[in-house]
Amino acid sequence: MKRTAPLLIASIAGFVMIVAYFIPKTQTWGEDVSVWFDILAAIAFILGGGNLLRVQLKKISDRRPGWGYALITLIAFVVMLACGLLKIGSHPNEQYPAFAWSGTYNQTGTPFWWMYEYLIVPLQSTIFAMLAFYVASAAFRAFRAKNVEAILLLGTAFVILLGRTAAGVFLTDFIPSDVLIENPTFLQHLVSTLRLENLTVFLMDIFNTAGNRAIMIGIALGTASVSLKILLGVDRSYLGSGED
Amino acid sequence: MHNPIRWMGRWSVAPALVLLAALAIGGPCQPAWSQDPQPTAEPTTQEPTAEAPGEPAQASAPEEAAALPEEAGTEATADAASGRSESMQWVDEHIFDLDRGWLLLVVLIFCGSVVFWIAHARSGRPVKVRKIAGLEAVDEAVGRATEMGRSVLYIPGIQDINEIQTIASMTVLARVSRTAAEYDAKVEVPTSRSLVMTTARETVQAAYLSAGRPDAYNQDLIYYVTDEQFGYVAYLQGLMVREKPAACFYMGAFYAESLILAETGNSIGAIQVAGTAMPAQLPFFVAACDYTLIGEEFFAASAYLSGSPEELGSLKGQDMGKMIVGGLLILGVILTTLASATGSEVLQHFVDFLTQNVLT
Repeated sequence: MKRTAPLLIASIAGFVMIVAYFIPKTQTWGEDVSVWFDILAAIAFILGGGNLLRVQLKKISDRRPGWGYALITLIAFVVMLACGLLKIGSHPNEQYPAFAWSGTYNQTGTPFWWMYEYLIVPLQSTIFAMLAFYVASAAFRAFRAKNVEAILLLGTAFVILLGRTAAGVFLTDFIPSDVLIENPTFLQHLVSTLRLENLTVFLMDIFNTAGNRAIMIGIALGTASVSLKILLGVDRSYLGSGED
Repeated sequence: MHNPIRWMGRWSVAPALVLLAALAIGGPCQPAWSQDPQPTAEPTTQEPTAEAPGEPAQASAPEEAAALPEEAGTEATADAASGRSESMQWVDEHIFDLDRGWLLLVVLIFCGSVVFWIAHARSGRPVKVRKIAGLEAVDEAVGRATEMGRSVLYIPGIQDINEIQTIASMTVLARVSRTAAEYDAKVEVPTSRSLVMTTARETVQAAYLSAGRPDAYNQDLIYYVTDEQFGYVAYLQGLMVREKPAACFYMGAFYAESLILAETGNSIGAIQVAGTAMPAQLPFFVAACDYTLIGEEFFAASAYLSGSPEELGSLKGQDMGKMIVGGLLILGVILTTLASATGSEVLQHFVDFLTQNVLT
């Protein structure tokens, strides 16, 4: 029963979503299923928050290495939660001035807003900005000319990177462009393609798109296949072992 | 005892396929060459409108369309323009969205082939699957972690459990956990969604149980961190740098954090295995990880790891789908080339029909 009930729920919800997509009269059913998932996810927030508190408190009480970080996490969590839930510093809504809590929790100027704008957003931006350095180190490793494939990759990357900068346009500016020619011949078009900015577009549109679409088709078929297996109860691995 | 899901699947698929296929074939707009000329309409030479470019029957829309109520004007005009009778319009509004008929037909053909091959595999015929290096590497990675006395870090992506990639990730997690249980290694699973945490706990517990080590299961190693994308990344980076896990698994839906995580794992010398169906993130994983499950390989993990004939049969069905797609691609390329080279209107109509009805 522990496994059959979730299987049934998953199957019914999945089939309802499919039916709702094709049958106009049942479109609201699909929306209802989505709403039910949102409700579950919202309840799970409490579960997640509780787990976060428990794990961090345990780290602090055990004085495990790095317990200071756990303390910071805990303080940040409690302060942010309190500011948001209690709407600290929030002014009442203009329509309901008599009700103290009628304002929104994220009003401009509230502590919650301030922490979000001046702590969370900059921290997120910092982490995201680190990506630039990681791209450089990954590119350095990936583009080492170790074999024929790596040399091809390196050459392609060089053309693409150069073709997307002003330097690329400048370097191949001497090659005649077919943009201003009304009815370019095949040869004129071919020569024009050798300009770095055109070569970049050619590589991206032809080779890159072909490879990308091949992967996309595989992903689409894989997604459909896994979904079907879940709906039919063939794949139950996400529920654990085969024992009830 | 019958499994109700299997019973439902077995007995509902065939009639559903037949019914829906009939609707799909009967539903979509008919191509220009199969439509009768509209006897009552004035012959016009108007160009196709922007609302439905290239619709074959638009130049001879029946006059009834103009008489329909205003509120239903757009839809009714489209129906009338596509040459649908009143009964078909009623079907379109109440029973089945006819514009999605071709999509349904494609889905049915594909699902039918998957179901057929599952049944075929059930009959006991062997199904061969090529080796997937990334999945073979699970034992190697967990074994390395055991030898080094360090933990295994498993990251199930940043999406919730309604994402199919996260579900596929749970399958790989089950295998990693079972191997870890057998080797007595520690698996840590920080999650960015609490529902994923709950599912992961169930999965890992079941894996430890099946490995005969229920006592070794520690639910505290599977915990929720935050829903915030970069908050989660920051935590994982810190965890990696401080604890230096010997093996890192990235399986699920990833976005900008993919390279940050993979490069951090690379910098600490961990053996890394990634799997995702996010095409934009695949190059980053390929560049920074030791093994990468690319798209469909990731979805094949469940069948590959379970080794059950039913699931392996579904892979065969997927291959059939690929063959159909490949065949259609070749057909489309040939038709488009011929239409362009010969200037044949019939071929061009056929190409237009394929691109504007079947593929949209």
